[in-house]
Amino acid sequence: MDNILSVLVFFPAIAGLLGFVVDKKSARAYGITVAAIEFLLSLWLWFSFDTSNAGMQFVEMIPLIPDFGVNYYLGVDGISLFIIIMATLMTLIGMMSMSIEKDVKNMIITLLFLEMTMVGVFVALDAIIFYLFWELSLVPMLYIVGAWGGPLRVYAAIKFFLYTFMGSLVMLVGMLFVAYVYHNLTGVWSFAITDWYALVLPVNYQLWLFAAFFLGFAIKVPMFPFHTWLPYAHGQAPTIGSVILAAVLLKMGTYGFVRFSLPMFPDASVMMITPIAVISIVMIIYTAMVAYAQKDMKQVIAYSSVSHMGIIMLGIFALNSEGIGGSVFQMLSHGIVSGALFMLVGVIYDRRHTKLMSEFGGLASVMPKYAVIFGIMLMASVGLPLTIGFVGEFLVLLGFYDVSPIMTILAGTSIIVGAVYMLSLYKKSFFGPITKEENKTLKDLTPKESWSLIPLVAIVIWLGVYPKPVLDPINKSVNAMLVFMDEKAITAEAKEMIKVPHAATKTGEVK
Amino acid sequence: MFEPIKVSMESLNLITLAPMLIAIAGGLVILILDLINSKLHKSLYVMLTILILIVDFGATIGLNVNERGFFNVMLIDGISIISQLLIIVASILFTPLALTSKRFHEYSYPEFFALFLFMVAGFQFMVASDNLILIFVGLETASLSLYTLIALHNRSNSYEAAVKYFTMGALAAGFFAMGSAVVYALTGSIELYQVAQVLAARLHETEIVLAILGSSVLLMVALAFKLSLFPFHTWAPDVYEGASAPLAGYMSIVPKIATLVVAVRVFGMYIDLGVEWVRDMVLILTVITMTIANLMALVQEDVKRMLAYSSISHAGFIMAAIALDTTEGTASIFLYYALFMFTNLGAFAMLWISRHKVRHFSARFDHPYEKFAGLIHIMPMGAVIMALFMLSLAGVPPFSVFWGKIYVMQAAVNAGYVWLAIVMGLNSAVAAYYYLKLVVYMFLKEPVKDVDTVYYNLSKPLMAVIGLATVATVTAIFYVQPLISYLYYMISASGY
Repeated sequence: MDNILSVLVFFPAIAGLLGFVVDKKSARAYGITVAAIEFLLSLWLWFSFDTSNAGMQFVEMIPLIPDFGVNYYLGVDGISLFIIIMATLMTLIGMMSMSIEKDVKNMIITLLFLEMTMVGVFVALDAIIFYLFWELSLVPMLYIVGAWGGPLRVYAAIKFFLYTFMGSLVMLVGMLFVAYVYHNLTGVWSFAITDWYALVLPVNYQLWLFAAFFLGFAIKVPMFPFHTWLPYAHGQAPTIGSVILAAVLLKMGTYGFVRFSLPMFPDASVMMITPIAVISIVMIIYTAMVAYAQKDMKQVIAYSSVSHMGIIMLGIFALNSEGIGGSVFQMLSHGIVSGALFMLVGVIYDRRHTKLMSEFGGLASVMPKYAVIFGIMLMASVGLPLTIGFVGEFLVLLGFYDVSPIMTILAGTSIIVGAVYMLSLYKKSFFGPITKEENKTLKDLTPKESWSLIPLVAIVIWLGVYPKPVLDPINKSVNAMLVFMDEKAITAEAKEMIKVPHAATKTGEVK
Repeated sequence: MFEPIKVSMESLNLITLAPMLIAIAGGLVILILDLINSKLHKSLYVMLTILILIVDFGATIGLNVNERGFFNVMLIDGISIISQLLIIVASILFTPLALTSKRFHEYSYPEFFALFLFMVAGFQFMVASDNLILIFVGLETASLSLYTLIALHNRSNSYEAAVKYFTMGALAAGFFAMGSAVVYALTGSIELYQVAQVLAARLHETEIVLAILGSSVLLMVALAFKLSLFPFHTWAPDVYEGASAPLAGYMSIVPKIATLVVAVRVFGMYIDLGVEWVRDMVLILTVITMTIANLMALVQEDVKRMLAYSSISHAGFIMAAIALDTTEGTASIFLYYALFMFTNLGAFAMLWISRHKVRHFSARFDHPYEKFAGLIHIMPMGAVIMALFMLSLAGVPPFSVFWGKIYVMQAAVNAGYVWLAIVMGLNSAVAAYYYLKLVVYMFLKEPVKDVDTVYYNLSKPLMAVIGLATVATVTAIFYVQPLISYLYYMISASGY
């Protein structure tokens, strides 16, 4: 099936449209079935993916507006493959664990449309198609946060939308400018990213364009000064909204850096290493401290998300194989772990309708299964060896050590600070005597919740112990990108800085 | 002694006049029908109007590019053909909105439809000439009909709107006449192509530069009134509010297309001649217009007023393309309006179906945001469709206006105005707020009054129009390509 990517993108959308017909009471089962089929399709994509090929696979190209260079152009490589699988998995799990009673049908349809846009962003190889899915993904999320959220939901939803929308419009101008430069040089209009890769831009153009794309991506990540929308969005969103937001939507930003900024502007990327690393470290440490100061469990996890996104950003700008590969892996790991943590907070919120840590204490004795799973996810989040969180974090730090040992040490404190706030959360809520009367009668995980969480636990441990099947294809594509960036870089510093892995040059020679 | 003038029929090239004559004859036919039998139903007149416009469309599309006719005052170039086509299509789309399920005063007069057709003919004259007098005649024919049409909506604020619009329009007409007079005094001609020749030869003379200043400023004021550019935009929200929703929607599109064509001809000429400060004047006015209108739209409490400010902002947005003076820039104007037309048609039609004959939703406003609160519970399909139009207006891909926006922004980047593209982008972000506000009211709030269902006027023809607008808005991605290539071909053929 060569057009599997189109199927992956449009299957949920068509299912969403047909979902209008499905009866309210069956909507949930319908949604889960569709999401499961979508997940199986994405597994099939992995199965038929040629792991020895570092380039784009399953490429589809249909001209849409040839005069303007817009094509329906899709493809997948090692970098995007696993993010797509993660997105379909988290949608499925999120739907399975969903506890929403109000307007379930609307929620299911919205989620299915959201799934289309998420997959679309990661498979698009045409900047306009990418932008299209990128912007469209805001609309369902706006509705999810705004319709099912907490008391400040409308404010949070609008803030989320406008913040991202503004950033991406500046990015759009950047895209238009790249297309213009491309047209000037070749006489052809094209928005295809692969065409743009071939473009060698002067350094000052690179810097300006880097800034334009940076604004779009950094708001989405969210990077330090632009992160203020995130705690609101997480704080007000329903559990399912937080899960998808943390697991997938934030990854769009970091994915954008890997897909656009690095290969298109290698020299600017090298020049920006220090400023971005500083911002990332501020993100890591500052938000970790803020997380420690929170009283609300969900806010702790929301801020820890920002902190972990800092690690991912740091890895991307290490500009070497370990750093970027580790970052991509960390995207998956953070997606699964933070998604699971938000679901776990949702579990307790459904029972007690509060997320304040002071309301809990001693939960481990009434909800043992819950405490175990929470503990595992928490350890994974902190980066305990043999969990998924360790692999990515370790690789990122290893990669960045080449760039700057001091900054790496600063970033490494994230593991310590992370342990501090996470363990204090665990201590306050799960250990000690049961202080509140209501907590004594809490029920442990229901089968529905267990069945949603156990697969995630399995993945966390499996990929923590044996990450090779995922890391290899990622590294292959990352190495190819680095070789390419190194060739394309025009300044000496950039050539020096971009570390081409030996393995990659060797295979290059063999070929 | 006067020499007898001999004119052969061939040299008149009367075919160039055919489209307007069809519309005018159609209007007369409607009046005659009414004379013969005054009890005919409005649906007959609506269908007749549409049929006449279809014939008009056929006559226009069959015209040859780059011809002159009727003592050389008619100019049929690419721009005049595509703008006439747009005007006719928009008129066809807005006419069936008269077929509401409730009876409205104005549609019971056949004169409404006759005036409507005269107005279309006026707009067609306006775009199909480069003779300043004929442009003026077309402008006045169209405007006078439009004032009357607004006043026919039998409400006190409609009279207010009509009188306000008339006063402002008269002022603008005065400015236009003075501007044309200066051009004539300057060059001895009112045909723009001759004016351009004279000016090009004498551009270095000081008096000429002064006179150009006078004429371009006067003409700019006149056109800015019509286009509702800052600071001449203040009439627009009141007029939109007073006019019926179909006419308000119509006003946000057709008069603007016609005026933009005149602006392209006049200011395009000055910019082509190298008068740089005309370009700067256009840029400054448009940037201020889009920004101010956006900020004003943020604080509106009524959806129709919000849409009025939004269409001012869109007009400013697209007027900036004139300053670029490239084929792409000019093409983007028409592409933008072709795409914007469907979305705005849909949005105003949605307002129209929610209009009650007598009752106002609140004492001050007819369409406050609260009216649409919780629409998703009352009328889910309507809420989704209205949300699509709002997202399209906000420039969210893949809906129609996005493609217009991106094309304008690309044209700006290509012409070296990256800052303009950024200003446009940021303005779109600001605009997203007030469009979202309506979406938020519809989807995220509870209904305010449960007795007031909001689809009083819905009828099959209206559903068809809204359905068509929705399909055109959603599937824009598939027809943008042929549209762009046709527009680009026509415009480059006429040398802009």
